[in-house]
Amino acid sequence: MSIPQAKPKSTRQAFGEMLAEVGGKYPKVVVCEADLSKSTKSEMFGKKFPERFFQIGIAEANMIGTGAGLALSGFVPFICSFGCFVTGRYDQVRMSVAYARAGVRIVGTHAGIGIGDDGHSQMGLEDISLMRELPTMMVFQPCDEIETRQLIEWLASDAEAIKHPAYLRLTRQNLAPVHGADYKFKFGKLDVLKRGSKVALLGSGAGVQECVGAYDLLKAKGLEVTLVNVPTLKPFDAEGVLALARDHKFLVTVEDHYTTGGLGSCVAEAMADGATSGVKLACRTFLARAANSLSSTKSLVFRRPRLLRKFSRLLDEVSLLAHSRASCRARGSGC
Amino acid sequence: MLGEVMPNTPNIEDLRKQAQKLRVSIVEMLTEARSGHPGGSLSTTEIVTALYFSEMRHDAKRPNWEERDRFVISKGHGVPTVYAAMAYSGYFPMEELMTLRKTGSRLQGHPDPARLPGIEASTGSLGQGLSIAQGMALAARLSPKPWHTYCLLGDGELQEGQVWEAAMSAPNFKLGGLTAIIDLNGGQIDGPVSEVMNIEPIADKWRAFNWEVTVVNGHDFNELLPALKRARAADPSKGKPHMIIANTVKGKGVSFMEHKIGWHGVAPTKDECARALEEIRSKLV
Repeated sequence: MSIPQAKPKSTRQAFGEMLAEVGGKYPKVVVCEADLSKSTKSEMFGKKFPERFFQIGIAEANMIGTGAGLALSGFVPFICSFGCFVTGRYDQVRMSVAYARAGVRIVGTHAGIGIGDDGHSQMGLEDISLMRELPTMMVFQPCDEIETRQLIEWLASDAEAIKHPAYLRLTRQNLAPVHGADYKFKFGKLDVLKRGSKVALLGSGAGVQECVGAYDLLKAKGLEVTLVNVPTLKPFDAEGVLALARDHKFLVTVEDHYTTGGLGSCVAEAMADGATSGVKLACRTFLARAANSLSSTKSLVFRRPRLLRKFSRLLDEVSLLAHSRASCRARGSGC
Repeated sequence: MLGEVMPNTPNIEDLRKQAQKLRVSIVEMLTEARSGHPGGSLSTTEIVTALYFSEMRHDAKRPNWEERDRFVISKGHGVPTVYAAMAYSGYFPMEELMTLRKTGSRLQGHPDPARLPGIEASTGSLGQGLSIAQGMALAARLSPKPWHTYCLLGDGELQEGQVWEAAMSAPNFKLGGLTAIIDLNGGQIDGPVSEVMNIEPIADKWRAFNWEVTVVNGHDFNELLPALKRARAADPSKGKPHMIIANTVKGKGVSFMEHKIGWHGVAPTKDECARALEEIRSKLV
């Protein structure tokens, strides 16, 4: 897949830059931090708008409540920390934000194993699952710089969106651009990047990079698959998934998150709720459990023999399916 | 007084009677609901009366009025007192009080701002309200026409760690526009606060966290009103946040409930209700 001529950038960096920009356009935007502003990149906003930047210290629960109070008073707060830390204060998000329908933008950076050497304690691995369970919460995960910028502006300014709580999941590591300059984020919709046949690869956030790598790999083997980016995890585009299920033999999800509750569950639930006839594969692929440095922008697929084998097996099964209606269950969560 | 912008200047006798009227409503509501928290609702009655009928600027006809003072009841289970004060202020008809805790009611057992205009925050999972109030006080400072923010906490609630995160941060933000009140009634579900998990010396703790602390009798308007007025006079950008520690009696005003832990979360029967109302009404004349 040919990609546009922009530089790879982490979505946290794109967030920080755009937040400082929207701060100038929208005076109701305020930011709360819990001592990670250099890492979440909210410090760019803090330097430009110190009177609207609240350093709460290492006290995420207090930050969540403060954000709720600001939102309930008509402001548009972005409250920032690592995804695991801020969603780990679950009851505060549940009570102070979600139940109150406070339009807080909860920004969780350092998604998944992509953070590298800091290890498990710093990785957001359950955050999507936790946040999408909350009835009023929207959940987003952009896959490159341009999508991040558009999401931030929409979350800061859309008259309806600012009334609702939202969780925004961002990466530490750089992500190669997937979209061209003409991209337009569409709320609540799947973003089909390439339309092929038989197999649809669905990724979200850093997972899209893996899907792009797999797309190229499969194309080299003679199979042009469908490639889908999922920026909105909630509300989830179940209709879009059912349409894909009708047109494809397999759906494959790739994400940097535990498969339980993440994109894999979103797709599986949509298919179960939609009562799709015939069995489609939701081969949920959790990237890996290793925590060595993964900050390279080069697709991981080529460096991950097990994931590569998985796609190769899938390829074999696609050809087998021409003769049988064999079903393939998800092969466990480890990869 | 319905629908008028507070504060007016009611005399203390009027306030005392108003508090008794709230007690009548609390007992009636909980009896009708057949569940709820009488002990910690009756202990806050004078505090809530002082706020709604003397100190707070609010307007029942405009619950979303931008300049209104904010009140967060962090001890969410004590919300029946607030509902009674809201009904008497004209936020909704008195009859609606009898829908407390019923399916579909705007008067949930714990406050829900999305359902009931005039309620500012959802609480009831304890320890969270002071942080929310802090956010509202920060918002006031960014607003052209600022307001004062009040937060009512329980004493057992001080066992929650998040309270101390906010205790640390509000003075750091110099939030003179924030006043917190502790309903120090000494009881929690499992027993006396001093036995379940001692929180004393409580005034020293808040002073050490840089709050301006006043200790009052939480049932005496002669002590409550001056303390609230002093707190309100603080500079919202440079002053200290104020903490009013209100010594109260759990179940106050109904002698068979007073000081009894068992009345924390049990509704009166119809017979108990009648006895309670008789006692409360005897003090109304």
